[in-house]
This record gives sequence, structure tokens and C-alpha cells, in this order.
Amino acid sequence: MTRLNARIPEGPVAEKWTAYKSGSKLVNPNNKRKLDIIVIGTGLAGASAAASLGQLGYNVKVFCYQDTPRRAHSIAAQGGINAAKNYPNDGDSAYRLFYDTIKGGDYRAREANVYRLAQVSNQIIDLCVAQGVPFAREYSGLLTNRSFGGAQVSRTFYARGQTGQQLLLGAYSALSRQIAAGTVKLFNRRDVLDMVLVDGKARGIIARNLVTGEIERHAAHAVVLANGGYGNVFFLSTNAMGSNVTPSWSAFRKGAMFANPSFTQIHPTCIPVHGDAQSKLTLMSESLRNDGRIWVPAKMKDVEKLRNKEIKPSDIPEADRDYYLERRYPAFGNLVPRDVASRAAKERCDAGYGVGATGVAVFLDFADAIKRKGHDAIDSLYGNLFQMYEQIVAESPYETPMMIYPAVHYTMGGLWVDYELMTTIPGLYAIGECNFSDHGANRLGASALMQGLADGYFVLPYTIGNYLANEIHTPRFDNTSSEFTLAAQAVTDRLKQIKNSGGKESVDHFHRRLGKIMWEYCGMARNDAGLTEALYLITELRHEFARGVKIPGGLDEYNPEIEKACRVADFIELGELMVRDAQQRKESCGGHFREEYQTSEGEALRNDDEFAFVGAWEYSGRDAAAKLHREELQFNEIKLSQRSYK
Amino acid sequence: MFLYSSITKKVLMALAGLFLVTFLCVHLGINLMLLKNDGGRAFSTAATFMGTNPLIKVAEIVLFAGFLLHILFGLVVSGQNRAARPTGYARSNSSDTSFFSKYMFHTGIIVSIFLALHFCDFYFIKIGLVAPPAGIAIHDFYNRTLLLFSTPWYSLFYIVSFIFLGIHLNHAIQSAFQTLGWNHSKYTDAVKVIGSVYSVVIAIGFSIVPIYVLFFLNKV
Amino acid sequence: MNFTLKIWRQKNVTAKGEMVSYDVSGISPDSSFFEMLDTLNQKLITTGGDPVAFDHDCREGICGTCSLYINGRPHGPVKGVTTCQLHMRAFKDGDTIFIEPWRAKAFPIIRDLIVDRSALDKIIQAGGYVSVNTGGVPDANTIPVPKEKSDAAFDAATCIGCGACVAACSNAAAMLFIGAKVSHLALLPQGRVEAATRVQKMVACMDKQGFGNCSNTYACEFDCPKGISVANIARMNREFLGAKLFSEKERVIKESL
Repeated sequence: MTRLNARIPEGPVAEKWTAYKSGSKLVNPNNKRKLDIIVIGTGLAGASAAASLGQLGYNVKVFCYQDTPRRAHSIAAQGGINAAKNYPNDGDSAYRLFYDTIKGGDYRAREANVYRLAQVSNQIIDLCVAQGVPFAREYSGLLTNRSFGGAQVSRTFYARGQTGQQLLLGAYSALSRQIAAGTVKLFNRRDVLDMVLVDGKARGIIARNLVTGEIERHAAHAVVLANGGYGNVFFLSTNAMGSNVTPSWSAFRKGAMFANPSFTQIHPTCIPVHGDAQSKLTLMSESLRNDGRIWVPAKMKDVEKLRNKEIKPSDIPEADRDYYLERRYPAFGNLVPRDVASRAAKERCDAGYGVGATGVAVFLDFADAIKRKGHDAIDSLYGNLFQMYEQIVAESPYETPMMIYPAVHYTMGGLWVDYELMTTIPGLYAIGECNFSDHGANRLGASALMQGLADGYFVLPYTIGNYLANEIHTPRFDNTSSEFTLAAQAVTDRLKQIKNSGGKESVDHFHRRLGKIMWEYCGMARNDAGLTEALYLITELRHEFARGVKIPGGLDEYNPEIEKACRVADFIELGELMVRDAQQRKESCGGHFREEYQTSEGEALRNDDEFAFVGAWEYSGRDAAAKLHREELQFNEIKLSQRSYK
Repeated sequence: MFLYSSITKKVLMALAGLFLVTFLCVHLGINLMLLKNDGGRAFSTAATFMGTNPLIKVAEIVLFAGFLLHILFGLVVSGQNRAARPTGYARSNSSDTSFFSKYMFHTGIIVSIFLALHFCDFYFIKIGLVAPPAGIAIHDFYNRTLLLFSTPWYSLFYIVSFIFLGIHLNHAIQSAFQTLGWNHSKYTDAVKVIGSVYSVVIAIGFSIVPIYVLFFLNKV
Repeated sequence: MNFTLKIWRQKNVTAKGEMVSYDVSGISPDSSFFEMLDTLNQKLITTGGDPVAFDHDCREGICGTCSLYINGRPHGPVKGVTTCQLHMRAFKDGDTIFIEPWRAKAFPIIRDLIVDRSALDKIIQAGGYVSVNTGGVPDANTIPVPKEKSDAAFDAATCIGCGACVAACSNAAAMLFIGAKVSHLALLPQGRVEAATRVQKMVACMDKQGFGNCSNTYACEFDCPKGISVANIARMNREFLGAKLFSEKERVIKESL
């Protein structure tokens, strides 16, 4: 019935990975030298994979659109990285990490993959420390941990508020070492625009040199995608400006299935939008919710006075404030999971109680905490975050409440992969955020860094060998074969088509419109009618883009507009798929909230009988609707239950 | 010289510079003897000692080597620095750093010009390369000095040169410590203060002599 | 707010460049510097002009991509922020703003305000790492690291590799960048093992890239958006001297079968 075979090893979940490693095929060192691997992306997953594969002896080519691998957006992760080290002796174990991750993902992730993730988590910490990553330490000189959302143990390793940066620089240093050793060749400032398949297997890519505009062909025995998430489909997100879906999307168009595209994570504590020129949203760490209290005015007249600047937030008496999270979720209060907190903020703002000039923000107030703990204690905990906020908003959180609003942050969906992280195209792998595999419908804090590095350092180097062992007789490819020529020609034609569309509007104009549609209809809350409307609007936008975009400059020079145009063209198509996926999933789970499916108290209502599956979409042509395949999820270890934070 | 690494060049410059700094202290000591109202006896004794003692003769060679090293490396390093930014900025740097630290090369040049002149006036006469002015013996540094300083423009030039040397030193002393890696969270601030005080002492100390000669010597 | 912008325009590495004047109007004081440039570019695109190319990516001050020399300061007039975190309220209405690329021989211009900073990558490749392989490392808590050292290493490791130190330096020296990496690794026991060879290789590579020499003006520290201290340069000097003076002569060990 379906082509999806996750190829999960037999045996108890705790032994699957060991069993797999014992049984998988190996490639001998002499043969590794003859095998080429392309890695796309140099974030945590890509850099760690390229470095590890290079070290094993493969010939690696690594691509990134940035000027150097160290700039990939993993660098912006603040909070930390989880591992089941149990250093604090608080009862942690691989099983507990596995359990928390499955539950946090609202039971929409694959057990075997998540268990393996929990198992290798400890090795990541060991390796990073050996690389010189300066994790936070106790006065004893040993590593310290902090707790994070969705867990009852302290298992998060961190490097102040810059854990992602430090981990990425670790992976980058390992990568640099391999580049110096000659096992890895770096291709920076390249956009990967297409996959090349030979006899149904991934055998190379077509890339555009962003400086010269040259269309390049690169051949290899296997291709690894590590191009990150697609949150920029919403235009405004916490992603980097260049973050894009293009490599994944070109793989999708060549036959790789795209799983759960509608699962996006909206982070509740971001700095709100200030105006129409805004290009980017900035995240404020989730840790702020430990001490900040979230509220909006309870009375409409106060809302109006605030907006007219007749009163200050502190003028509103306690009795006239609505601490809506504490009201709705007395047990967890301000510390409910991300998806719940985000929706509650949206609910209040939609009801008209939002604050700030635009009315789409809520207060995060530290007045009580400052009173209780003292200015200095708050400063030592959140000083750098307060500073960052003041830098952007020009208001001091010590004096007036912060204003926050949810923003798109992470995408759980991505290319469908099996246990070996291989997509439905043989020889094409997807690792890190660009695959769908480990976070289900909602990701827990400090788990993205863990997954990226687990995939790159400790999973892919094993699983790719199992595939390449059968390729040792395949000679190096000639990138002048007809497959490469056709693919390169198609890319060139597409670029010319976009360039010559002869329209009047800039790429950003269309991107903003797409973002508005996605945020309005496929954001924090979705419903059938809205999704139908969105499908119509996106199709319309796609046609308008095709004939209405204006690209200055030429194709054979540095031209950021053509780069953006290719990305936005793909985002528009992806947007449509996200809407279709959101529409078919007639339940609410994790980050996916369908208004029709909620409890009487307004909480997400899962439907495990009908929707405990991974929805994987298969491309069926430019103007045809993609086809849905289902991978039923088997829960053998964990009993499904309703998440409750009341 | 070009083959040395950038840090090695800087380290050699710093070492030579610090050596010159200690020499300045000795020189100042001798100069201040001019202030003693004994018709130049103390000064002449010191000058004769400096001119005849064999150990000082050796030290003199080291001193010249120090000057040479410091100046040559200074030229090489400055040349490389200029080459490292072939196209300049339309708006030059407005970072709030110590202004003169960016002009070590320039203050160094002024000091070198002074040094050249100083050699003509004293050292070259001493070794017989240049004839002394009429009526003054080859080794009569005392009267030679008084003669020079009684010319106001010379005294002015002398004082200005030492102000620039002071500026040069103010940055140079802590800079040498930084270059040599002698940096410590507890002591570095003290080094900076001592360096500044020292540079002021040198500038004022050397300037006292011409001021004394001009305004006080024969007027008391 | 309204501004007059004087922007360096240059087609490519070989073309001749010049400062070109533009006017922007209606800018919100809450806009970031790049959002102001976005507004300019949108106007240029729709009116048939040629948009200004500049490097930017994360726009939250951590990736180190952005690189503008604004009114004589890398990353503009506000201390401790990158250009992407610079907001227009830092300027006065009607100001004339000079925007130039980083200027250094080691950073050739790619287009307009974009420069090629791969020289910094090459220096890291020369030795800015601990030579460990994936796998086969001891448990993370096997080697305790004194907290002060670990914290100091972290402070050095927060360098974002933007190159502002080079741009600010009157000599276009990259000493702060390299000093930070050398210090970060030399302070940790994990990096100590190969500290002597690392510093020599990195300095040699730095010299080869055509950067200037350090003359301790400390403009780099002043303009570093992450506040990296010049104490790291002193530490590198110390490491370098120690390595040159005291490390044994390198022996080539021939592997025999």
C-alpha cells in the first residue's frame, strides 16, 4: 500500500541501535578514499557529519550559502543541550530522556529513533568537552546542569546563553581540521538548487556560486542534506535571513517524501513586531518565564488608555490585571509548554486585550520577582537578556514590563527518513532540523542541538556506511553525463524564467504576503475554512509571483535578489503543502492546533485512533496536489496519554 | 628581518625599547647634574666617566644596537601595517582609543630626528667626526650644552622633542609589556600607571635643564 | 526619520568603486540599521536602481556575518553591538551616515559592502582546533577544569569572527581574533596538549594572509561587538614566545612498517 519502510531493527527498543551497529556493513579504509559524499549545510548536523565522515576517510564536499561554515544558524541557539548523563544524581536515564521527548512531542515521533537519540546523547557531551567547548562548570571544575521545560530532571548542559554558538564552533573546528587535512573540501557562498539522480539514486547536486553566478555540477556516491528548518516560510521568524528550504524542496521534487510539514513550533517569548519594515524576530530565552509573570489588562478601558499612552503598565492595579496563564493553568502557571503558552497569548490578543502600539503583545512582568529576589539576583540571572531587550526596544525591563509575543522558531516537519536517516531516494540522507524524525509534533527545549549533533557525529557515520558498502565498485561519477546536463539546464532555465518574469514587485513583497497568509491561517491555530482560504490565496500568490516579480542585476554576478527569488519560489510551494498537511490532520497535537478539535476548556484534543501516523507527502507534479502516504506509529514502550498542565 | 614572524618582530622591538627606557633614566641622571651650581664639575665628571669607562664602552655598542633594532623594526613593521590596508576609509576611525597610540610611528620619527641632531651636537663631536664650535674643547660637554641651550629655538625644539618622547613612552611602556605577554589582571593596571608617570618624569626631567639654562642659570 | 547615506559601491573585486549618495525617508527609529537599508533597497528595486549588497544573516547579533563600517566605526556608533542590532534611534534625524566595507588587504571586496573574510577561516584551519576524533574520548567529567579558567575560555570563545577587530585596527591586524582562539583553547586542559604547536601555526598563517602587526592601540577591543579583551592578545604573545623559546625542535618521525 505504501512505499514507506522505516527499516527499524528488530528487538527491544533499548537494544536496537547496538544490534544495528553490530549488523551493519562496513567500508574498508582503502575503499572509503574512493567514495565521495556531498554534505549540504554546515550547522550542527552538517558540520559534525562532514567532519566525522572526513575523519573516517571519505572524500567529502561540504556546501554552505554563508561566507563561512561558522555562521550557520545553529549558532543562535541559546538555552542548552540535553543529555542523560545523570551527573546531578536526580534519577535521569536514557529511558527517561526518551520518554520525555516522545511525550513532549505529543506522541507523534518514532520510538526507535528517539530512543537512539537518548542513547547517544551522552557521547555528544564527552566529545564536545574534548573539543574544548566551554560548558558551564561548578567550582569543583565539573560540569553543571540546569532544568528545562518538559522535564523533571536537570539534564541540560549549557554555555551561558550561547550554547548553540559554542557547540557550532566546536563542530566548525573539527570541520576546519578536516579541511586542513584535505579530507573535506569547502564550497562556501553556494546555493544548492537541485539534486541529481542517476538510476534512481542520489548522485550529485547542482549548485550556484553566489559570487560569480556560475552553475556548478558536483557528483558523489551519496548526498547528505543538513540544510535546517523552513520557518522562514512565515517571512518573520527567529530563523536567519538566509535560512531556506530549497535543498530539501528540490529533493522533494525529485521524489523524496516530505513528512509532517505543518508541524511548526511557535516560541512564546519573542520580541513583538514593531512595524511593517520589520525583517526578523528575536527570541528571548524561555528561562525568563521562570520569574516573569505574563499578563494583559483585564478591562478594555485600560487597554485603550495604555495604547494612547495615557497610563503606564504599572498604573494598572493588581485587581485589574489578567494573569491568564496562572488563571487557566494553575498547576504549571507561567511555565506551561511552548505551544500552550503561545496559543494563550494569541487568544488574549485576538480578544482585543493585547498591549503595545500594535496590540499584538502581552506583558512579561518582573516587578514581583525583583521585589522578591532583589534587583541584583534578577540581574545575575537575566542581565544579558534584559540588556538585549533594552537594546532592541529601548525600554528597561527593570522599570516597565517586557512586551512579548509568540514567533515561529523551529520546524518539526521535514524530509521523511528511515531509521538510517535515508530519505525515500536511495543515497540521499537528511539530518538535523531538515528531517522530521525525532520531535513529533512539538520539540522540547535543548533537544534540537542534541539531535543535530547526534545525527552528524554518531548516527549518520554508521548508517551511511551500510549504504556505501554496496557502492565500492561504483567508479567516481562523471558530472558531464546526461543526468547532470539536464539538471543543470533545468536550473539555468528556471533562473532565467524568474529573472525574465518582467514584473514590478520585489521578492520581499511576495515573501511578506506569503508570510501573512501562513501566519494568519496556518500559524498558531488553524481551521478547515481558513486552510481552504489559504490554499486559494497561496495558489493565487504563486501565479502572481511567476509573472510579477522583479529581479534587478544579472544572473552571472553577485545578486542577492535572485538568491531570494529561488528561495521564495520554493517557500510558496512548501506553504501550499503545509496547508494541505494541516488540513488533512483532523486533530490537534503539539504545535498543530485545529480549532475544531479541542476540549471544552480549549485544550488540544489528539485523535490517536485515526492520526497516530506520520504524514509523508509525495510530489506529483507542479500543478497536481501532492499524494499523502502514512507511516503508522507503533508505541510499544510508551502508553499514550493526554498531556495536561492544569 | 622580514622573515621573523609579526610577533617576534614586535617582541624584539619591545625588548630594545625597554632597554632604551632604562638608558633614558641614566641619561636623565647625568643631565640633572647640570643643575648643580658647581660650574659643571659634577656633570663633567659623569660625562668623562661615561666617555672612558670600558664597560660603558661595551654598553654603548649595545645601546646603539638597541636604537638600530628598534628603529629598523619600527620601519619594517610600519611598512607592513601600511600595506595591510591599501585602500583607506573615507571616514577615518573614530573609536575612542588613546589618540597617540595610533601615531607611534610619527612620534618615533620626531624623536629620531632629534636623535640625529643630538648625535651631531655631541656624539659626533666626541668621536671627532664633527668639529666643535669655536672656543670649546672636544670633551667640554658642559659649556657645549650651555651654549646650545642659551639659544631659545634650540631649547624649544629640545623641549618639544621630549614632549613627543613622553607621548611615545606613555604608550610604549605598557605596550611593551603587552607585547611581551607580561599581562596580569592584578598588575597590568599598575604597569600602565607607572609607565605614564615614568614618561611624564622623563619629559619634564629633560626639559628642566634647558629651562634652567635659559631662565635661571646666569640670572641668579 | 530621514537620512542621507553615503555608501561605497563597487561592482566586483576588480572594478573601481566610489561613494554614492542616497536619501531615505520615513524610517522608524525602532528599525534596525539593516531594515533601513532594506527600505532603501526596496525603493531601488522598484525604481529600476541597483540594490546595495551587504552581508547579513541572523540579524540577532551572533552569526558574525554583518560587516559595515559606519561613520568611522565597525558596526556603528553603539558599543558592544553588531550592525544588525544597531537601531536607527542611535542616529539623529537628518544625519548623514557614511557606510563603507571593512578595509584590509586580507579582505578583498566582493561587491559593494561585502568582503571576503575567508582569511579568518584559513587561520582556524591552520590550527584553531583540538585534534580529537569523533569517538574515543574520555567521559566529560574525567578532567576537571577550574571554573575561572573555564569562564575565561568561554569569554574568549564568544568571538563571532566578524572581523570588526581587523576593520577597527589602524594596521588591519587580526591579533584579537587569533588571540581569542589561542586563549580559548590554551586555557583548557583539553586544548593545552597541542597549545605550543597551535599558536605557532596560527601566527604563521596569520602573517601569510597579509594582516598587519599589532601596535596595541586597543581599537579592536573597543569596537569588538562581543567585548573580547586584549588580555587575550597578551596571552597569545606569551604562548607564542614560550613556544618559540622552549619547545623542542620538531622531529619528523618516519613510520616504518
